[in-house]
Amino acid sequence: MSTEIIYTVISLTAIGIIAAVVIYFVSKKFAVQEDPRISNVESVLPNTNCGGCGQPGCHAFAVAVVNTGDLSNLHCPVGGNSVMKRVADILGVQAVEKDPYIAVVRCSGSFEYRKKTSVYNGTSSCKIEANLYSGDTGCAYGCLGHGDCVDVCDFDAMYMDEKTGLPVIVEYKCTACNACVKECPKDILELWPKGKKNQRVYVACLNEEKGSTARKECAVACSGCSKCFESCRYDAISMVNNLAHIDPEKCKLCMECVGTCDVHNIITTNVTPEKLQQGDEQRLKHEERARKKREAEKLGAQQSNNEPPQA
Amino acid sequence: MSLHKHKTFSIGGVHPDDNKLSAHTPITPLELPKMVIIPITQHIGAPAKIIVQRGDAVKAGQIIATHEGFVSSNIHSSVSGKVGIIEEVMDSTGFKHTAISIRVKGDEWVENIDRTDTLIEEIVLAPKEIVARIMESGVVGMGGAAFPSHVKLSVPEGKHVNHLIINGVECEPFLTADHRLMVEKPKEIIVGIKVLMKALAVDKAIIGIEDNKADAIEIFENLLVNEPGISVEALEVQYPQGGEKQLIQALLNREVPSGGLPSDVGVIVHNVGTTYAIYQAVQKNKPLIERVVTVTGKSVKQPSNFLVRIGTPVIDVLIGAGGVPEDTGKIVSGGPMMGKAIADLNVPVAKGTSGILLIPKEDSMREEVYNCVHCGKCIEACPMGLEPYRLLLLAKKGNHSRAKEEHIVDCIECGSCSFVCPSNRPILDYIRLGKTQLRKQKKQ
Repeated sequence: MSTEIIYTVISLTAIGIIAAVVIYFVSKKFAVQEDPRISNVESVLPNTNCGGCGQPGCHAFAVAVVNTGDLSNLHCPVGGNSVMKRVADILGVQAVEKDPYIAVVRCSGSFEYRKKTSVYNGTSSCKIEANLYSGDTGCAYGCLGHGDCVDVCDFDAMYMDEKTGLPVIVEYKCTACNACVKECPKDILELWPKGKKNQRVYVACLNEEKGSTARKECAVACSGCSKCFESCRYDAISMVNNLAHIDPEKCKLCMECVGTCDVHNIITTNVTPEKLQQGDEQRLKHEERARKKREAEKLGAQQSNNEPPQA
Repeated sequence: MSLHKHKTFSIGGVHPDDNKLSAHTPITPLELPKMVIIPITQHIGAPAKIIVQRGDAVKAGQIIATHEGFVSSNIHSSVSGKVGIIEEVMDSTGFKHTAISIRVKGDEWVENIDRTDTLIEEIVLAPKEIVARIMESGVVGMGGAAFPSHVKLSVPEGKHVNHLIINGVECEPFLTADHRLMVEKPKEIIVGIKVLMKALAVDKAIIGIEDNKADAIEIFENLLVNEPGISVEALEVQYPQGGEKQLIQALLNREVPSGGLPSDVGVIVHNVGTTYAIYQAVQKNKPLIERVVTVTGKSVKQPSNFLVRIGTPVIDVLIGAGGVPEDTGKIVSGGPMMGKAIADLNVPVAKGTSGILLIPKEDSMREEVYNCVHCGKCIEACPMGLEPYRLLLLAKKGNHSRAKEEHIVDCIECGSCSFVCPSNRPILDYIRLGKTQLRKQKKQ
């Protein structure tokens, strides 16, 4: 009995040693030569494989950065600047700083503001509904509310608000991986620079209809009244297709436009009420100054008209 | 009914209840509405270019939008009156498109239109002139797809067409517009067929009619005794026999290749409604400004067949049929299989609107969706020989290249798969999505 056990142990050990020797030589002979930096880079990446960088996964990203050695077009939005700094150190190149982004929901048409005009009874999917017709509310541009974006979020950074029927972004979880932006058939989600102190100002509406039609469809629709456009001193707001759009690159976060919106649909994040009030006061001051200037000009023009023509 | 079995197509097919409630109701002209809304995209192809302005006075039959390019169609005013606002309105596709509204005043027609009922049998125009006249008159396929007819008649060089098929199948349940037209205007349809035969230079034409329309078959059999080139063929009832490819297979046993057109197998198919419109365009100089629309449904007071001016809001047509019953849950433009629910009662009747179907509340909601049990019923039912359950999964996952390999673009969207699915899976919804996304991908 005991001899059987001894034979078994000896023979298995022998097989193990022979196999180990074979494997050692085979692995030496057929070793795949990979740049060691690839695995180094991969180890500092978040390894979420979200595809937010445009590459099909973190390994592919690591291969791409090592092969090109150029970080200007390759950026990991999830890891952000700190991870890119470490990647740059591994490669021995200069890190390229990029502003962090975050997804924003550009629709405020909650159940309260945007009444249903028909009953959609089909598959609960925004893509299917958008393919079928313009939507179950009057607004053909608004959120359909089935949560396709929430389903694709790998970071648990979104949820559907049951009271409003709109998706909500969880600020500290969103990595700007772009998955929800790609998924939304109405292009309501957009990547926005995270902003100084996480402050952002944007118009939460995409309705391009004429003002009167848009307001009939949704009580908070941008009617294209241009009040915010006129109030902006930095040329950051543009009016295209009856719709105001704030350019985050030019916006100085002065908050002067926020109070001009009739339907309070210029959304601000992480802004204190005091700052908003300050913005309003500033705007009023500027308006007053402009009014006085206009009056003075008018007066001047009248005076010059009243002067008798020179002979 | 004859004893031998009638022809039908061999792959797939389903048998929904035919419910032809209005089969014996004669076609009656609908009262003129107060206002018509005429969309400039009622056809497949480029939208027409508007040539009128707000405030212009127009007559019935006057061109108000001209075709842009070859695959497009002229749009005529269907009433006389004043052009009102031109804006984007919801049409029967469920999306907003530009439309011209016209406030109706009187009923004045353009002078050279022959509105009498006299049958004109002599065809004076040459083949090329016929096609030009059809193009001018804005005739499009009236079976539902609304493909411009002049494009179909311009057979590409190198292809030889030897058969003309007239589609009188009307396989959609409930609809009877084509049926009534065949019963009431058979002589005009026969002249229309001769016009088409002259334009295409073919000497054989077959009218395919399903055998649930025995009266229409009999009428044509009697009228065609002395017409050697034209024959009528009774077909066994099976959905979707009205599909071009299915009809060709049923009648001539020829299979249109994947991605091909009927002209690849020497056939051109036209619907009876289109044939009648072509007769009117060529022989009577009357553009396509009215069509037969079936208003039907189990709860409708008077299921009817109306001759409706293009652009009439659906609500006006429904009032003509005794109003909207209280228990209505869904209003569908088209038939129950391929039609589309409309979200607004002001949606106008377009050239491709063959019927308006009212579905009671208890039948209108979708049932609960379960998992696929891999029973294979959808594969059995698919008239194109596809694997619908698989296409659903591929479309859902966004695997468009694989879906293309599985011939997703060959789907004719007949809905047989969703109809037979015991788990109520939204198969066609996803296939349509897959097709749309594939098209988008191609464009990029």
